[in-house]
Amino acid sequence: MASEQELQAIKGAKVLMVGAGGIGCELLKTLALSGFEDIHIIDMDTIEVSNLNRQFLFRQCHVGQSKAKVAREAVLKFRPNINITAHHANVKNSEFNVDFFKQFNVVLNGLDNLDARRHVNRLCLAAGVPLVESGTTGFLGQVTVHVKGQTECYECQPKPTPKTYPVCTITSTPTKFVHCIVWAKDLLFAKLFGDRTQDNDLNVHSADATNSSKNNEDISVQRDDEDCEKYGKRIYDHVFGYNIDLALSNEETWKNRNKPKPIYIKDVLPEPGMHQNGTNNTLDITDKSSLSAMHSLGLMNPQDTWTLAENSKVFLEALSLFLKKREKDIGSLSFDKDDQLSVEFVTAAANVRAASFGIPMHSLFESKGIAGNIVHAIATTNAVIAGLIVIEAIKVLKNAANSFRMTYCVEHPLKKMLLMPVEPFEPNKSCYVCSEMPLTLEVNTHKTKLREIVEKIVKNKLGVNLPIIMHGSTLIFETGDDLEEDMVANYALNLEKALCDLPSPVTSGTVLTVEDFQQEFTCSINITHREEFDDEKEPEGMVLLGLTPDLYEKPSKVATTEESTSMAPQEKPATVSDSDDEIEIVVLEESNRFAGSKRKLVETSITNSHDPKGKDGINVANDVGKLDDGHDDEVVVMKACNEDVRKKAKLV
Amino acid sequence: MVLGVIMGKEELTAQETALYDRQIRIWGVDAQRRLSKSHILVAGMTGTIVEFCKNIVLAGIGSVVLLDDRLVTREALSVNFLVPNDEEKLKGRSLAEVCCNSLKDFNSMVHVSVEKGDLSALDGEILDKFDAVVIGRASFATKKTIDGICRKRSKKIAFFTVDCRDSCGEIFVDLQNYVYNQKKNDDNVECQFHYPSLEEAVAVPWNRLPKNVTKLYFAMRVIERFEAAEGRIPGETTAADISSVQQLRGELCKANSINESRIPDELLKRLLEGTREHPPVCAIVGGILGQEVIKALSGKGNPLKNFFFFDAKDGKGIIEDISSL
Repeated sequence: MASEQELQAIKGAKVLMVGAGGIGCELLKTLALSGFEDIHIIDMDTIEVSNLNRQFLFRQCHVGQSKAKVAREAVLKFRPNINITAHHANVKNSEFNVDFFKQFNVVLNGLDNLDARRHVNRLCLAAGVPLVESGTTGFLGQVTVHVKGQTECYECQPKPTPKTYPVCTITSTPTKFVHCIVWAKDLLFAKLFGDRTQDNDLNVHSADATNSSKNNEDISVQRDDEDCEKYGKRIYDHVFGYNIDLALSNEETWKNRNKPKPIYIKDVLPEPGMHQNGTNNTLDITDKSSLSAMHSLGLMNPQDTWTLAENSKVFLEALSLFLKKREKDIGSLSFDKDDQLSVEFVTAAANVRAASFGIPMHSLFESKGIAGNIVHAIATTNAVIAGLIVIEAIKVLKNAANSFRMTYCVEHPLKKMLLMPVEPFEPNKSCYVCSEMPLTLEVNTHKTKLREIVEKIVKNKLGVNLPIIMHGSTLIFETGDDLEEDMVANYALNLEKALCDLPSPVTSGTVLTVEDFQQEFTCSINITHREEFDDEKEPEGMVLLGLTPDLYEKPSKVATTEESTSMAPQEKPATVSDSDDEIEIVVLEESNRFAGSKRKLVETSITNSHDPKGKDGINVANDVGKLDDGHDDEVVVMKACNEDVRKKAKLV
Repeated sequence: MVLGVIMGKEELTAQETALYDRQIRIWGVDAQRRLSKSHILVAGMTGTIVEFCKNIVLAGIGSVVLLDDRLVTREALSVNFLVPNDEEKLKGRSLAEVCCNSLKDFNSMVHVSVEKGDLSALDGEILDKFDAVVIGRASFATKKTIDGICRKRSKKIAFFTVDCRDSCGEIFVDLQNYVYNQKKNDDNVECQFHYPSLEEAVAVPWNRLPKNVTKLYFAMRVIERFEAAEGRIPGETTAADISSVQQLRGELCKANSINESRIPDELLKRLLEGTREHPPVCAIVGGILGQEVIKALSGKGNPLKNFFFFDAKDGKGIIEDISSL
C-alpha cells in the first residue's frame, strides 16, 4: 500500500476536477478509492443516453440531470464521509477566477474541448497550480503534467487548427461525403428550419446585385397555395435539380472536374401516391423524439445505406413531418445529433446530393457520426487514463518532479508497450502563453475591421474569453458587465472601423496588447500591414505568425529507470489531443459562441528522428491514421470564398 | 425514435444502438452482437476484477456469473466501489452477492448472477456454459487446473488471470489457437496465434527468454512458487517472508541459468508487503483486461499475447510473449 507519507499528502489535498464525463466519472471514483477527501467538480453538461455505455456513475433515470451533481451523489454512496463539491457550471464563468483556482493543490482535467482546456491552462499558470491534463479517443489516450516553470504548459505545443473547407467546395464542388453533410446541415437545414431572419452565407450570396431581381422571393418559404408534398417537391427540385443545372451552365467550373447530374423528383419517384406509407397514417405523436420519417416509411435499420429513391422519400417525409408535427420549431431549429428527424433529414439530403456528384452514399448511422462530429469513446480507455491521472496527481502532491511522466495509451504496442511513459518537456521559451512571446499579425490595416481581429484572432486563435485590447495605454476594446454605457457604445463603434481608422490608428509597426483579467493572460501582437491575401490559402484575410513553434526538433526520451541499455532512444509518439465526447461542426458565424462549440482535434505529428526505420512509429501512425480516416473528427469551419463562385452559390 | 423495435433476430435493438452508439463506432455492429451473446465466469472479486466487471457490463456483454463466497470485509470496502457503505445491507452476504447487486444497475441489458462454491471444484460441463473464464485471485494450482480443463473442451473457452500486488499488475491470456482478422492497408488478413497453456508458459526456461523481459515476470513467478510451496492463501504474504523468498529466488535462478540480479530485492519486497491493491493500478489493469476480453469475445482487434505487466513506479505497460513456440 501507499506509504504513510503518501496517504497523508492525499488526505490533506484539495483537488479540482474539470469535467464529469467519460474520464471524469472514472477519475472521481478512483480519487475517492485512493483516499482523496476534498474534491471539487465542475461540469456544465447534463446526462444523455449515449453517455451511459461508459459514464458508469449515471443511469437511465438521470438523463437530463447535471453530470457534476449526479456523479457526486453516486460516489458518496460508497464513500459517504468525504467532501465532494459539485458545480453545475461552465468553467469559463467568472466565479472560477484565479483566486478560486489558488485554493487547490492540483487541477485535473477531463475535458472534451480545446477552448476549455486552454482556459484552464491559463488559470492554472496564473494561480501557480499544477495541472494534469488528459484526453481519449477510442483506444487512444494520454495524460500530461503541466507545472509552471518546470514543464511545458498545455499550449507550449502547437494545437492544430480546425479543418476548413472553402465555401465553394461546400456549395458548388463537393468531392467528399463530408462536404455533402456540411451542405445539408449548415446550409440547407439551417435555411429551411433555422432562423430565417439571420443572415447566413446563403442570403449574402443570393442577394448578389447581378441577380437580385430573381431572388426577391425567398424560395425556402412555403407558398400559400402549396401543400406539404408540393412544397417538398419544389424544394427538392430546386436544390438537387435546378441549382445543379444552373451550376453546369458555367463550363469553366467543370473543365477539370466530374460534372454533377441534376436530380428531379419525377425521375427518382415517377409513380404517384408514393406517400402511401408515410404521413397518411394519423398516429397522434406528441413526443417529438419519437417522430421518425424512416420508421414511418418502414426503414428500420440505421446501419443500412438507403437507395436514392429511399433517400428521396425520407427527404420528403422528414420535411413533411417537420411542417405538420413540429411547426413551432421551424424558424428556431439548429442541428442536434440527438434529434432523430433532423438527423434523418440531413442524411437524406446529403445522400441525394452525394448521388448527384457521384460520391458514395452513407447510412444514417454513419451520417450521424459525421454530422454530429461524434467521437469514439469506451469505458476501458477512460478507466486506464483516469488511473494514470491519479498516479501523476499523487506525484504532484509529493512534489516528485523527477518522476513526472506524460503517458500515452496506444492501440498497437510500441516497443512492446501499450502504456508508454515519456519524460515531460521543458517550457517552450517561445510559447505566447507561458513565456509571453509576442506574436505577429499580417493584416490589411486599411480594410480589416477591428471586429474581425476580435473574433478571428483574439477569441478564436488565442482563446481569450473576455478580451481587453490596448494600443499603448489607449483602450480600443474591452468586454465585461460593469462597463459604462458610453464606453460600450464607443467600443461598438470601434468594432466596425478599419484598423487605421480607429481613434488611435493601428498601422504597420503598431504593437497591440491583448489581455484577459480572468485568465490573467497577456500577449503582445506586432501588426504588419499587408495588401493582398490568397483567398484559398489565407481565407481569413490575415495571418497570425508565431503560434506554431516547431517543438519536435527537441530530442525526447522514454522514461528509463533501468533496462535503459536495451531500450533505444524513443521516437515521440503521436499526441492525441482530443476530446472525450461529442462536438459540433463549427460554422464561422457561430464561432464566437464558445460555450456551445466543442471541438475535437487530433494532432498527427510524429517524428522518428532517432529511429530511421520508424518501424514502430508506423504503428502509431496507423493508430492516428484511423482517427483521421473518419470524417467525424473533422471540424469544419466555413470560409468566405471568391466572388465568381458566389454568383453560382445560390442555395435554395 | 421508436424504442424496443427488434429489427430481425440478428439486428441490435434500437435501444442497444442508442446506448452503445459510441463504441459501435469503434468495433462495429457485428462485434457488438457477438459480445452481447457471450457469457463469462469471473472468480475472486478483487479491486482489479471489480474494475474489469464494470467495464464489460458497460460494454454490453451477454451475461456475467460471479464467484466469490468470502464475506464482505473492511478491506473489500476500501478498494471496491461496488460495495455500498451500509453495514446493514452487507450483513452475512458474500462479496459476489453484493457486487452482483451493484453491477446489475450498470446495464439492464446484461444478466449478472452469482454462483456459489469453490473455483477448483468446477468441471468441464459447467465451464462449457462460458465463452471466457477470468480469475482474479486463486492458487497457482487452481489456475493451472481450470486452464487445463478449458483447453480440453471442444468448445473454445478463453482463459484469463489477473493479479495486482502493491503498484504492480500482471495479466495472463490463453486463447488457445486464435484466428482473427487484421486490417493491413485496407485488406483483411487472417492471422493466427498459438497460445501456450499457463503451465507451458511458466515452464519456459528463463534463459531462453529474450534479454529484455521485464523483471516483474520473474518476480511474480518467484512469489507464485513461494505461495504454492508454503501453502499460502494467494496474496497473504508479509515483509517477514523476504529471506525465504530470496532463497527460493536463488534456487530458481540457478535452475534457469539466469543472474539473480534480474530479480531485485526491492521489487520482491514490494510484492510481498503490498498486499492491498492500489486503486489507480486496479483501474489501469482492469481497463486493459476489459479491453482484451472484449477483443477475444467479439473477435475484433489484435489480441494480447500472452502476458501484460504494469508497474506504476516506472509507468510502463508492457506486453511479453512467454512461449516456447
